[in-house]
Amino acid sequence: MRRLLPHPLLTLTLVLVWLALVNSFSLGTLVMAVILGVVIPILTSPYWPGVPVLKKPLSLAFYCLLVFWDIVLANIAVAKIVLFRPRDRIRSAWVVIPLDVTSPEAISMLAGTITLTPGTVSAMLSADGRSLLVHCLDTDDPAAVCAEIKHRYERRLLEIFP
Amino acid sequence: MTLFLDIVAGAALIVASIFGLVGSYGLVRLPDAMQRLHAPTKATTLGVGGVLIASMVYYYRQEGTLSFHELMITAFLILTAPVTANFIAKAHMHRNIPPEDLPPTGTDRGWASFDDPPAISERTPGEPRDPI
Repeated sequence: MRRLLPHPLLTLTLVLVWLALVNSFSLGTLVMAVILGVVIPILTSPYWPGVPVLKKPLSLAFYCLLVFWDIVLANIAVAKIVLFRPRDRIRSAWVVIPLDVTSPEAISMLAGTITLTPGTVSAMLSADGRSLLVHCLDTDDPAAVCAEIKHRYERRLLEIFP
Repeated sequence: MTLFLDIVAGAALIVASIFGLVGSYGLVRLPDAMQRLHAPTKATTLGVGGVLIASMVYYYRQEGTLSFHELMITAFLILTAPVTANFIAKAHMHRNIPPEDLPPTGTDRGWASFDDPPAISERTPGEPRDPI
């Protein structure tokens, strides 16, 4: 079983993505979707040896909604800075975030979230994977940015990927 | 009902184009390369998202079916935008920012593309399985 389906969740996702791409449902597309969903995880499993454990799928869905909402807010915030802030009064800063999350999946989700949300872009991970370098477009207080990211996103990711 | 859907699609298109324009304007206006990275990663996400919403509403009005393609495009965009931004940031840092100018990592290793990861034998249990 482990050989045939190294990543059951990836298989499920691939099946759903294929059905959505074809945009119609028939037995033929379902068979094709299942074939892709089985073959692709087998071919790619050497590059993704660990199986991520999803403790709370519902919190993951909630997390996605939260991030969607924050993306909208982020756009408005960044648009305001771009349009109305005088160029020399944009106070950019580097922020270093010490990480509590350890699984690669959680770290990449956190980095992606940071890039998509208010005024921050994740730029680099430390070589031991324990802190994240974030560029902040405009901030007075880098420590507060770090605290907010840890509280708003990382705390939730820690619950989802223990 | 069709009028209402038209208005929704039109509003989504207008909002989307405003954000797309602001994103592109930010690319021109912001002085520093790291700052310029902020404009396209965010403003454009909402810009493209708005166009996709408009497209979904329009096709629902025309054909009465919901299309999943737009949702897929949104999902792929959200997955790829941060990765691209990260690569651009790394390339920029390598060419223009010496590692001394970056803040310290706060751990015993440097930043990933300037320093080597710990050897497998040095890793303690509980450490990230595969740092970069």
